[in-house]
Amino acid sequence: MPLLDRNGAKTDDWTLSPDGAADAPRVLVAFDHVQNALAGNGRGRRIGVAIANTIKAEALAPFLTDLDLVSIAFPSYGDGRGFSIAKQLRHLGFKGTLRASGPLIADQFAYALACGFDEVELPEAQAARQPVDQWVRAAASISKTYQRGFGAQNILDARRAARLAGK
Amino acid sequence: MYRYDEFDARFVRERVAQFRDQVARRLDGALNEDEFKPLRLKNGVYLQLHAYMLRIAIPYGTLSSRQLRQLALIGEKYDRGYGHFTTRTNMQFNWPRLRDVPAILDLLADVEMHCIQTSGNCIRNVTADHFAGVAADEIEDPRPTAELIRQWSSLHPEFDYLPRKFKIAVTGSAQDRAVIKAHDIGLRILRNAKGEIGYEVMVGGGLGRTPMIAKTIRSFLPKDELLAYLESVLRVYNLEGRRDNKYKARVKILVHEIGAETFSRLVEEEYARLDGPSIVADPEEVARIAAYFASPHYEKLPARSAAFEKGKAKNRAFATWAAVNLFAHKIPGYAAATISLKAIGEAPGDVTCAQMRVLADLAQQYSFDELRITHAQNVVLPHVEQDDLLAIWQTLVEAGLATANAGLITDIIACPGLDYCSLATARSIPIAQALAHRFADQKRQLDIGELNVKISGCINACGHHHVGHIGILGLEKSGKESYQITLGGDATLNAAIGENLGPGLAAQDVPDAIERIVDVYLAHRQNGESFIESVRRLGLEPFKAVIQEKLHAPA
Amino acid sequence: MSVAKRPPLPVILLANDLLDGEVVFWTGKQWSPEPIEALIAHNETGASGLEAEAAKALAANRVVDAYLVDVSLDASGGAVPRHYREKIKTEGPSVRRDLGKQAGLFNIARNGN
Ligand code: SF4
Repeated sequence: MPLLDRNGAKTDDWTLSPDGAADAPRVLVAFDHVQNALAGNGRGRRIGVAIANTIKAEALAPFLTDLDLVSIAFPSYGDGRGFSIAKQLRHLGFKGTLRASGPLIADQFAYALACGFDEVELPEAQAARQPVDQWVRAAASISKTYQRGFGAQNILDARRAARLAGK
Repeated sequence: MYRYDEFDARFVRERVAQFRDQVARRLDGALNEDEFKPLRLKNGVYLQLHAYMLRIAIPYGTLSSRQLRQLALIGEKYDRGYGHFTTRTNMQFNWPRLRDVPAILDLLADVEMHCIQTSGNCIRNVTADHFAGVAADEIEDPRPTAELIRQWSSLHPEFDYLPRKFKIAVTGSAQDRAVIKAHDIGLRILRNAKGEIGYEVMVGGGLGRTPMIAKTIRSFLPKDELLAYLESVLRVYNLEGRRDNKYKARVKILVHEIGAETFSRLVEEEYARLDGPSIVADPEEVARIAAYFASPHYEKLPARSAAFEKGKAKNRAFATWAAVNLFAHKIPGYAAATISLKAIGEAPGDVTCAQMRVLADLAQQYSFDELRITHAQNVVLPHVEQDDLLAIWQTLVEAGLATANAGLITDIIACPGLDYCSLATARSIPIAQALAHRFADQKRQLDIGELNVKISGCINACGHHHVGHIGILGLEKSGKESYQITLGGDATLNAAIGENLGPGLAAQDVPDAIERIVDVYLAHRQNGESFIESVRRLGLEPFKAVIQEKLHAPA
Repeated sequence: MSVAKRPPLPVILLANDLLDGEVVFWTGKQWSPEPIEALIAHNETGASGLEAEAAKALAANRVVDAYLVDVSLDASGGAVPRHYREKIKTEGPSVRRDLGKQAGLFNIARNGN
């Protein structure tokens, strides 16, 4: 499925293998297999996990330092649970790649980035209707927000800077 | 009043450009209707029965004359010469074309206004006491808090796709005039034993299909912790709120299902994990916002205005209006004047563009350029000198705005109902009109005293019928409009949900039924009891009985 | 958005114009803001034809919220929706007879396409 990040389209070098059996450099496993996949990982593979948005962030806490990627499912663009899970994972100290997977719309890209996501994986039809340039444009449509997020500039700090500069 | 700085201004302009782009992408098919609908809703654009409808945010109900004049201009240029104030103190235009909405948004941005989050499953326009800064019993003006929340919640990346809409109200007085217990979050500003200011946080109120009164989950939250705490509440709701059934998706259902204590515990756990300082605004920022709401420069006036007293003595109609529509101001010699948008026979909350201009002029000349919109769909001139009241009233009379009924039985709250609203099951406005005509007699209204009638055209309860002393809910029964009557609702800190008096009535029977209810009160009231006090003492039975009679009376 | 369950005959097809919001009726050739021009389907074949038109117009991003409405015929053979909701929708607000179609006020060019 098409993948994109803040710079545009991206190739997906992860291999989906729910039970973790695949012999590939980057393996994306199901939540139930994450412990096994990490434990038996003598082969130097990188491990990622794909979770439903009903999985609690704390449930991943023991694995976060060893995981390279967490992919959070968005069953529909209207279901915003993934945004909160992403934030919680970042608070828990996850430094790897966060992927939002599902039929998001371009207008949510900025939100996803601000909540700590790095990339979005889209169904084919969605990507065909909403080309990558629309996503990149949508991500930049609001230059400064009222919340301190990941990446995007925020009004709170801009105001503080302006105050300090004596304006 | 709050004024935009360069950042606010840019933010709103970018939001307009974003919406313009969204409309273009809808037209070229990049966005389908299912995808576009939530985007337009988050910008206040509904598709109603006859046309699109645009809902414009009036944060915490505060407007300047310049803003109201701009609304008048928009109403004339892009609509049909009138607007409608809602129970969330917003303004709705009923006839805009989608193709014109971006241009309307630009006109709004010119006067520091927008439509952001006036609908959709996100944090909605924050409301507050309409007598903020006026009431003598106020601990602190709630509007700086409301403005802080407005900014924090605007395009919040995490909370724009909640299970359902989310409404917050703030009051800073001992008396609640903002119906805070019927909100997803109600905040009451208070002082603790040490004299520090903070908030009582209530969660899980709401009307609609399953009306609930909010429960306190934190009895004292220090003021500077507000945003981080709200973030925790919203995160728990975003993660745990039900998404399987739209009618069970509000936070009130979650609080009800898991219990206020468990909900509170989840919030506190989340709160403990949060990086608070990254969320809360700096003290300088809070002070910056608060400064905009500093008191205007009042004159030093005698407590009693000779001109005002003389005017009342000479003019009965003016004296009545003054007795009914004025609210005591904390500053001697001033008053807050409620301007009723409930003229007998008019649609509650409707205001023509010409009337908007009259109101704007009055605010500019007499009330430090400020107006308030109330959840009861009226307008307030918050700070007028008593000396000027007669002149103000005379202008109001000419504009058809001097109806002396604030808080009385004809000061009816009514949602647009089926005359405009595509979700409606019955009409609301004609019922309000018929009742107003029935009780038009001024003496009779005064004799009945304080009585809130609230009408909704469907179970969504935009007309707050559950918390009306008398509530009327329009439904459909066998292909006809049918009206259910509830009794004993209360919108104050004694919040209560009204109880159903029995099966629904046909539209033409509603005025008689209400009249019978009122007659029971008049016959049984003791020692100057108000209507709601009598209802509490008497219980429903005597009222039920007369409705039954009405139902079974030969037509 | 899909077309709702088919109501009893006879029926007309109405929708809202995507760009202007105006309630519009399928005339057999085009979308018109005038209820009087609505094509009335008296049988199942006609109703199916209207449903096909609805699907086409929705897909073409021309209208939204298209659905069939059951009507009765007035003395001159014009269609009048049976349900009070749809009747208000085709006329305008009952409390403002000076607005909407009943007053000849349209948000869209008449007979335009
Ligand atoms: S209560 Fe129902 S009819 Fe009234 S405005 Fe709300 S949704 Fe529409």
